[in-house]
Amino acid sequence: MTASQLMIDVSGVEKSFTLHNQGGASFGVLDNASLQVQAGECVVLHGQSGAGKSTFLKALYANYSVDDGEIRLRDGEQMVEITSALPRRIIALRRQTLGYVSQFLRVIPRVPTLEVVMQPLLDLGVDAALCEAKAKHLLQRLNVPERLWSLAPGTFSGGEQQRVNIARGFIVDYPILLLDEPTASLDATNRQVVVELIREAKARGAAVVGIFHDEDVREAVADRLVDIKAI
Amino acid sequence: MNKVIDAVQSDAGVQQALETALQQEFKDQPEFQNGWQDIAPLLSVRELNKFYAPGKGCGDISFDLYPGEVLGIVGESGSGKSTLLSCLSARLTPDSGQVLYNSEQFDEIDLYACEESRRRVLMRSEWGIVHQHARDGLRMNVSAGANIGERLMAVGERHYGDIRSKAEEWLTAVEIDTGRIDDRPSQFSGGMQQRLQIARNLVTHPKLIFMDEPTGGLDVSVQAKLLDLLRNLVSRLGLSVIIVTHDLAVARLLAHRLMVMRRGQVVETGLTDQVLDDPQHPYTQLLVSSILQN
Repeated sequence: MTASQLMIDVSGVEKSFTLHNQGGASFGVLDNASLQVQAGECVVLHGQSGAGKSTFLKALYANYSVDDGEIRLRDGEQMVEITSALPRRIIALRRQTLGYVSQFLRVIPRVPTLEVVMQPLLDLGVDAALCEAKAKHLLQRLNVPERLWSLAPGTFSGGEQQRVNIARGFIVDYPILLLDEPTASLDATNRQVVVELIREAKARGAAVVGIFHDEDVREAVADRLVDIKAI
Repeated sequence: MNKVIDAVQSDAGVQQALETALQQEFKDQPEFQNGWQDIAPLLSVRELNKFYAPGKGCGDISFDLYPGEVLGIVGESGSGKSTLLSCLSARLTPDSGQVLYNSEQFDEIDLYACEESRRRVLMRSEWGIVHQHARDGLRMNVSAGANIGERLMAVGERHYGDIRSKAEEWLTAVEIDTGRIDDRPSQFSGGMQQRLQIARNLVTHPKLIFMDEPTGGLDVSVQAKLLDLLRNLVSRLGLSVIIVTHDLAVARLLAHRLMVMRRGQVVETGLTDQVLDDPQHPYTQLLVSSILQN
């Protein structure tokens, strides 16, 4: 890995929610939030439940808009300011640069597990046989039984769905990875697999920002903790 | 736990081979590195207005649609979605405003300032229109094969054998048994009719598809199948799509970005998941919070 390279540069982010249909109640969540993450670094967001950790992560994925501030993410040679970027710019960024893994799987009803996992890599135009090989390898590592691969994940247990989702999230080697409690409710064995996957991502130079409630996972992957305080 | 780690490590060879193969794949096809290019919009809409009565129709609509982009237009019944779609697809002359289309055959054309004949050529070649009711988009009294073949003949295809084999190819692509090629659409189920309508549209390799509630009126199991098919075709063929739907789940699945309409106006626009997960306008918040959770 070359000398550290800035991958994520957040400054002065403000975010509040206004519920127009519930009496216009408004509450602030993020106040002047800033963060810099280098290539190969894993930052763990820390703070009480409701402090705004997930909101911050969703803002990094452009899933939530922000009221003020800048979020700049590295895409190859350039830094892209995502709060003002066009939708198609963000979609291109998400396809090859920006990965996001939550604990929930959201897919089309009848699509088989193997295809669900392959899809993001296939969308980059990679040869189908190669996508399939990598998907199988990931599912194997995450201990998803082979007999389930040809079935749609809709009927799987919560833990199985979650592991399918992790496999899908790790199939592309994204330079920036956002992890929203991917290990919540996984058993120790599978948590360890996820820890390995995160370490491998760091080793290839990915910048990782995550939320982990399990202390063992946090200690195993975090280079530093960043406090998010409720306002 | 150690057993697992050992197993993972013994797999290191497999993983190494995979990584090498993937790196090679990316090196061989450098365009993957640049998924983002500055390209011209396919369709540009400028201050479009069409009102039947105050509040009935659509007004002050401006946006750009880029190649490969799927735009969802959502909103309740009567919000002006279908009126807008008709204006965009050259089927309803607006009161004012421009629709510019970047055509393969004619370069950039202003839809309502060009000759009628050009609009007709576009509609049967570079464009496709998928209607909510398949019978509006199909000829119900001729065979499935003829329905697909008709559009091919409209762009100059004359060889019977070629037309028939292309029709078979597209029936397969939309998962209709080729044994049904000589049956009339009236003998098909609603879901099959809808898939046939899609095949008929795609056979001329259009650039831009307009869809009006393509899954409306189908039962849920058929809907899921059709959505999966549409999503695959759209990404594989790199189609640009404008899809009108009142079903936010359909919008989430298919659209890259959304326009939310109310009383003929666009009240919110943006990346699909941003509009649905962090809606800003009171009306969008109401729409999103009205979805039944399952």
